[in-house]
Amino acid sequence: MKNILFTTAIASFGLVAGAAQAQTEITWWHGMGGHLGDVVNKIAEGFNESQDAYSITPVFKGSYEETLTGAIAAFRAGEQPNIVQVFDAGAATVIGARGATIAVQDLLESSGAGFDIEAYIPGVRYFYADSDGKMIGMPFNSSSPVLYYNADALAEAGVTPPATYEEFEQIAPALREAGYTPLVQTHLPWEFVENFHSRHNLPFATNDNGYAGAEGTEILINSPEMAMHFTKVKEWLDAGLFGFHGTSWDDNKAHFLDGSAAMYIGSSGDFGGLEAMDLPFEWASTFLPYWEAITEEGYQSFIGGAALFAMSGHSDEENAASAAFFEYLTSPEVQYMWHRETGYVPITSAAYELAREDGHYDRFPAAETGIKQLMLRSGENTAGYRMGFYVQIRDVQNRELSRFLNGETSIEDALATIESEGNELLDRFARTATN
Amino acid sequence: MKRAGFANPWLPVLLLLPQLTIICLFFYWPAWQAVRSSFFLEDPFGFGETFVGLQNYTRLLDSTQYMKNAWFTLWFSAVVTALSLGIALLLAVKADSVLRGARTYRTLLMWVYAVAPPVAGFIALIVFNQRWGPLTEFFAQFGWEIRIRLEYFDTAFAMIVASVWKQVPVNFIFFLSGLQSIPPAVREAAMIDNRSAVSRFWTVTFPLLAPTGFFLLIINITYSLFDTFGMIDTILRNNPGDQPVTLVYQVYLDGFRGQDIGGSSAQSVVLMVLVLALTVFQFRLVERRIHYT
Repeated sequence: MKNILFTTAIASFGLVAGAAQAQTEITWWHGMGGHLGDVVNKIAEGFNESQDAYSITPVFKGSYEETLTGAIAAFRAGEQPNIVQVFDAGAATVIGARGATIAVQDLLESSGAGFDIEAYIPGVRYFYADSDGKMIGMPFNSSSPVLYYNADALAEAGVTPPATYEEFEQIAPALREAGYTPLVQTHLPWEFVENFHSRHNLPFATNDNGYAGAEGTEILINSPEMAMHFTKVKEWLDAGLFGFHGTSWDDNKAHFLDGSAAMYIGSSGDFGGLEAMDLPFEWASTFLPYWEAITEEGYQSFIGGAALFAMSGHSDEENAASAAFFEYLTSPEVQYMWHRETGYVPITSAAYELAREDGHYDRFPAAETGIKQLMLRSGENTAGYRMGFYVQIRDVQNRELSRFLNGETSIEDALATIESEGNELLDRFARTATN
Repeated sequence: MKRAGFANPWLPVLLLLPQLTIICLFFYWPAWQAVRSSFFLEDPFGFGETFVGLQNYTRLLDSTQYMKNAWFTLWFSAVVTALSLGIALLLAVKADSVLRGARTYRTLLMWVYAVAPPVAGFIALIVFNQRWGPLTEFFAQFGWEIRIRLEYFDTAFAMIVASVWKQVPVNFIFFLSGLQSIPPAVREAAMIDNRSAVSRFWTVTFPLLAPTGFFLLIINITYSLFDTFGMIDTILRNNPGDQPVTLVYQVYLDGFRGQDIGGSSAQSVVLMVLVLALTVFQFRLVERRIHYT
């Protein structure tokens, strides 16, 4: 009897091991901590349960920067993960290194899953694409800057939320009289520079916003429109119509949360956190304002956040597993779950439809603002931008624009410095790449 | 006297081998890599590199921001070292003369040593919070509105306070044991010769503390240059803006965060030279003039 049990145990163990061996295992490195990490794990579990052939293991690697640096080090050692999450400002580094990744579009097409760019919502289609419009990285967590407002404060001042900065100038004094700081922002480069260019369809860099190649790409920040915008912002700041509390996200947002600022520009994904906080005032969100003096009607915004890249150097079986995962990830149900749980926008029109039919936006109107903004009209400069060493260029923007707002430099000098230091960095980046 | 030695000349080499291997693998090889990379512009994935000669160095000299950071680093190190040593010495002298409850007093002064640098940075963020930080409120009473991470000087001030607070206990421990190792006979003799405690301190105690002091000077300079990294990182939260940045933090920003391998390697080499100079200074100048008993 004992013997039989023993043999059965061995046999069943062998079966389990056999099944495990037949599965192709892939890894996914990401930078999503906390609640976001839980949802990432939920997606991976869902994928593993949905089929038997493949198994994905998500690994939290710390911040975005740590994830990218870890993936680069692993690549050089030949130990790279199958899928890695790379943030917007680091995309040029990964896409510029031809041979480090396999375009997700190629991956999906060769696996037979098929790929239709039209299935993705307009604002996310080409941000992580190459110059031919081929999607290299799969947009994963995407958000857009929108305007949040304290509805009680606006009602108290007797004003309505502004669609344009001209309207903001009209309502701001009333908010100030009511005892509020009318407006704060949370990320100068993202909200006042990058998306300023997309909302007004202004070129942000030469070479087709950098998509045509790193060589010779120059940043186009030193423009009369930028100078006008920041001159206005400084005037508002000095007149008490705008609050600036440093380059950190939270230091600025805190003023909206405690009710002292009537409006703030933040991420479209912020609404989930605001819901959870149970703020003592009514709030809502609307599109990021634009200047009517520059364009009569606003254009769509860029996406921020990160994308998933399939790294090269893996077997065909593993690449097929990655393709199957991307197919699962872009299915409407998974996208809607991700959208619902995190506040990031769904990347396909089908997922957006599903969320709408399910009544998600009746329950949470603020959840729709970002995606609607990404579906506004597009222009030749609204697909995105591709600049190398952009992390450092953002640092320069933050530094010089803060100095300007603190009254240490003029806007002409600040923009000229960003332009010259930015172009030096772009030139250095072009010389690192072998493309 | 019999001369000690090994019968086989290869035996000492063999015994040293593990140590030499570790030094070569973990110190000389990375240092060589940094020196080499500093002459190239390199694609981070390792697909290609371009030789650029000294360009990675010359651009540092041309960069007003890098020079500003260099001056800040020197200024920051000088202030942190001076304050950490000064306050610790004062506390040690006072603690040395305490008779009742001396042990409790000393323990209270030392516990801060166990605080990790990022935690020190976090505490600084709390006490200097723009809106409700206790120290912000304290200084506001004197009309100084501290706005950390917005005003350059205020952020630097918070960094210095956190660094000094964290380093004083280490110095205190060393100074206290230094004081206690001064022979009582010397002190008593000095007491007969000189009634002024202050004058006695400067003419007798202080010179006898010099070996400890110079050792701590080097330790404190290295601390303020390098070990403050975690604290600064916590305060700046990866987002320096126009706030003060030390040279080590700049290496991290450009290399680790920005993937500029050539540029950050050149900056690391600059720091290596700085450490080398400090070491030479320690051995050539300081060690010769200090007499250890």
